[in-house]
Amino acid sequence: MCLAFPGKIISINKNSAMVDFNGIKKEINISLTPDVKKNDYVVVHTGFAIQKMGKQDAKEALKLSSPSF
Amino acid sequence: MKMIIEEINKIAEKIKRDISLMEVCGTHTEVIARHGLRELMPKNVKLTTGPGCPVCVTSQEDIDAIVNLALSGIPIATYGDMMRVPGYYGSLDQAREKGSLVFSVYSIEDALKLQKNYTNLVFFGLGFETTAPMTAYAIKKGLTVYSIHKLFLPAMQALLKIGELKIDGFLCPGHVSTIIGVEPYKSMKVSQVIAGFEVEDILVAIYMLLKQIFDNKTIVENEYLRLVKKQGNPKARREIFDVFDITDGNWRGFGVIPQSGLEIKNKYKKFNAKIKYKKILDQVDFSFSRKLTSCKCGEIIRGLKSPQECPLFKKVCTSENPIGPCMVSMEGACNVKYRYN
Repeated sequence: MCLAFPGKIISINKNSAMVDFNGIKKEINISLTPDVKKNDYVVVHTGFAIQKMGKQDAKEALKLSSPSF
Repeated sequence: MKMIIEEINKIAEKIKRDISLMEVCGTHTEVIARHGLRELMPKNVKLTTGPGCPVCVTSQEDIDAIVNLALSGIPIATYGDMMRVPGYYGSLDQAREKGSLVFSVYSIEDALKLQKNYTNLVFFGLGFETTAPMTAYAIKKGLTVYSIHKLFLPAMQALLKIGELKIDGFLCPGHVSTIIGVEPYKSMKVSQVIAGFEVEDILVAIYMLLKQIFDNKTIVENEYLRLVKKQGNPKARREIFDVFDITDGNWRGFGVIPQSGLEIKNKYKKFNAKIKYKKILDQVDFSFSRKLTSCKCGEIIRGLKSPQECPLFKKVCTSENPIGPCMVSMEGACNVKYRYN
């Protein structure tokens, strides 16, 4: 239930963002993280970004390809 | 990893007594089992699984209620793991086999899309602080919800208060903490470390807990710094409390824990399935929901029994044919034990 995945925001349209999860792109709701911008990394739980994270930490997590890092 | 284990061994030896640590997040349970960490621990350090799986702690009454709504013709949507949890009247999956409209969704956005075709759709909303903000968002958009959302800390406090099990330290849940932050844990006088989900995160958090215990400290430390901020996610918390009131919550294994449930506020009552479909729910006979069975999920959730101590485990209760929710959910203690044994 509490699995979360890191991904990179590639575009934003109001409360919705296209997020790249290691090559897989998915539309994500960003209403819970209103300050995020294009190119930011976020952690996504059940279709919603729940927290912004540092670029280096996110890249490391994506390298590990772990679902919940 | 080897170095951390050596440090864990050294500090455990210095402590010179038996230590019981509890993980209270289903994803931690999965990582611990996948890497065989229970077996890697020093002889005097025991890792116990607690009530960290939201599916597992759902009461039998709530499952019987939602299955009866489905059987009476109301379309139901919920997250996948909940589909197979059996109640007295069967599971949601079995209701679907009988012709009811039951949908498994990945995100609540999927439920909002389904509602366009099924205007009387009910979302069976479960989960802790990590998942409750999404349900709150959807209620504001007009989705009808049967809420069994719960707050996590009251369960940890209940475990300490009941005192059936000596708990020297908690590995606190990473993603719940992403929302609630660090401060709320300080109300509990026990060693606590918020941990991430890589095996190294868990091992470092175990070391940090043992260090606290050795130093006689009962503080909250945050190992998951890369994601958990001190203040959590205030926007997500505002979303929860815009829509939900804190009420008593009904937990499998505990019964009612005061101030642990999230119920839809009066101003959104037209989206509360418990009010909207009260007539149907009033006709359900819940006396069977409270009947005792041989399933030991309740005691397993409280850390009192391990899955192998349940008489049904691997005999009649299997991952393919689960009897209790701890075997249904991929994060449940029985399911994890079954897969990694």
